[in-house]
Amino acid sequence: MEEKSEYYIEIKPRNTFSLNLKELIEYKELFYFFTWRDIKVKYKQTVLGFLWAILQPILLMAIFTVFIGRSFAIPTGDIKYPVFVFSGLILWLVFSSGLANAGNSMVSNAQMIKKIYFPRLIIPVSAILVAVFDFLMAFLVFIPILIFYKQPVDVPQALIWWPLGLLLTVIATFGPGCWLAALNVKYRDFRYVIPFLVQVLLFVTPVIYPLSILKNKWLEFLVALNPMYAAITIFRIPLSPTVPDPLLVTISIFSSLLLLLVGLGYFRRTEMYFADLS
Amino acid sequence: MKPILQLQGVSKKFRINHESEPYLSLRERLSRGFSMKKNQLEDYWALQDVTFDVQPGDSVGIVGKNGAGKSTLLKILSKITPPTSGTIVCRGRIASLLEVGTGFHPELTGRENIFLNGSILGMRKIEIQSRFDEIVDFAETERFLDVPLKHYSSGMQLRLAFAVAAFLEPEILVIDEVLAVGDAEFQKKCLGKMEEVSRRGRTVLFVSHSMTTVQSLCTKCVYLEKGRSSGVLTVHEGVRKYLAGSHNLHTGHQQFDEPGAPSRAARLTEAKILNVQGKSTSELLTCEDFFVQLTWENLDGVRITPSIELVNYDGVKLFWSGDTQVDWDGSGKTERGPYISTVKIPANFLKAGEYSFVLGLYTQSPYQYHHLILSALHCSVVDPMDDRCLARGQMSTQFEKFMLLPALEWSNIKV
Repeated sequence: MEEKSEYYIEIKPRNTFSLNLKELIEYKELFYFFTWRDIKVKYKQTVLGFLWAILQPILLMAIFTVFIGRSFAIPTGDIKYPVFVFSGLILWLVFSSGLANAGNSMVSNAQMIKKIYFPRLIIPVSAILVAVFDFLMAFLVFIPILIFYKQPVDVPQALIWWPLGLLLTVIATFGPGCWLAALNVKYRDFRYVIPFLVQVLLFVTPVIYPLSILKNKWLEFLVALNPMYAAITIFRIPLSPTVPDPLLVTISIFSSLLLLLVGLGYFRRTEMYFADLS
Repeated sequence: MKPILQLQGVSKKFRINHESEPYLSLRERLSRGFSMKKNQLEDYWALQDVTFDVQPGDSVGIVGKNGAGKSTLLKILSKITPPTSGTIVCRGRIASLLEVGTGFHPELTGRENIFLNGSILGMRKIEIQSRFDEIVDFAETERFLDVPLKHYSSGMQLRLAFAVAAFLEPEILVIDEVLAVGDAEFQKKCLGKMEEVSRRGRTVLFVSHSMTTVQSLCTKCVYLEKGRSSGVLTVHEGVRKYLAGSHNLHTGHQQFDEPGAPSRAARLTEAKILNVQGKSTSELLTCEDFFVQLTWENLDGVRITPSIELVNYDGVKLFWSGDTQVDWDGSGKTERGPYISTVKIPANFLKAGEYSFVLGLYTQSPYQYHHLILSALHCSVVDPMDDRCLARGQMSTQFEKFMLLPALEWSNIKV
């Protein structure tokens, strides 16, 4: 009892802005439980189960290869087009489904938010982690695809750049994801904005084409503002000896970090009032 | 000893937007150019300057009418919503149960839901694992552990939900009327568990409409009215305030004036409830007699019988009683003019609760009601919880299942 009485909290009108990492660490198990719940629920009562996580990128790869790769002869350098598309797609799917999941997560868990307290950040983060889980599933197919297309891979480089690419993807998803989650609580319009946004972003991200086909320096800079640009480009480094433009990658990483700050900041600023709004 | 919980001038303001939903659409926001017209918003103070201290080990009942701010107070204490002003100091972990089964997912099995729900309520995985068998035992759902929750009956879901919550071990437990559900057997079990929790020295804050539950579980009481708090009271004071407050609209005394009423053979003019001292009141004790007094007028000179019916808070008609003696004072109440009729409700007959009366004047033959007034008189009967309660004796059980609690005559012979 003695050491427990040390426990002391104050509930005040508005806490000063802070990430409150201590509290997040205290609740670390809840990250796991929410992610675990969402994964379980997602694949329960599905015949194919986890195969869905693999099927989606494979089918998309096939479609893009047949319709776009063949018809437009896109110059993807040393990377074979199907591999190029697949490597981009598995990261892209983390971003797109992470964004969609996170964006709707606060609203779909409104019932819980109104009844119990826990750090709200856990909800969008877990929603994104579900997408990361799907990535890990799809990644298991990525290796056989590399072998099937006889794609040369620089293995030592891959051990560095692949995890980094994933990390950058998560960071890139995280900022906008939290931002959209918070905005969606306040303005339900974002429910409609998110799918549209995701669709548009696919075409301005070098998933199905390399940036080089733009042939315009300024357009390239503009596309590099896309936080996913760096993630996907870095992920492809081990597949090709061509070194990507470091300036463009840096721009993209900065844009990603900026979005992270803004997204987290907005989320933290509004989270106290979620229960009143939702 | 320092109070475990200190509330200092806690207030909460809500903005009520009369025009639209609480959330905005972006279109509205944009079309208003980011400046809301002030007249569309109305401030509503759900809580105003609530100040009280809770000592460690107290179990405090928070009572008040609907809309008095109880739920808002609990939400602030649970950190779900921040106060607009004021501070709360807690010297212990708070766990709150504003609803049982928060976060239950129908697609997951019972076992999975125990872990999920426990973790949402703030339990560690190891804690849940170590108490898992106890939880399952308490919920009585072993056989269905690996069945998805959606196939559970609602009663089973509830039992499981409460079982998880019952094994929380925070220093301060905040509970909102979760006991008002479930079958009687399970309710009893829950009450027992909660008593055990408070007896083990945990601090409990308990919101309820059931005065009997508050009386049996709590040692202190806070009465809320229109967002303002009374401070910490004894349970007895708190319950009395609640019962007095809930009868603001109707009293133990009513007069019936009906100019231009349809012509009747008889009409009621006044009715009141009198306590054993003959004072008009609406607050009575279970251990004392009380009286219902009807003042009425015989207009046509037919034989009139006054009657009452007692209706409890749930609308159950408990009994009817009429003055069926035929030759009362020889007149048979057939003469025109005013009368006063009094009926005695004996002590140790009703159980604690809230009641209303249906009042009537009728003729037995041919059977006809001349005047009938529904829920004109209201009263609350309070159990003093001491040895005056002959019917209850030493038992502290609340006899929830029964409508009446009469002290009947027993005789015993040793054979």
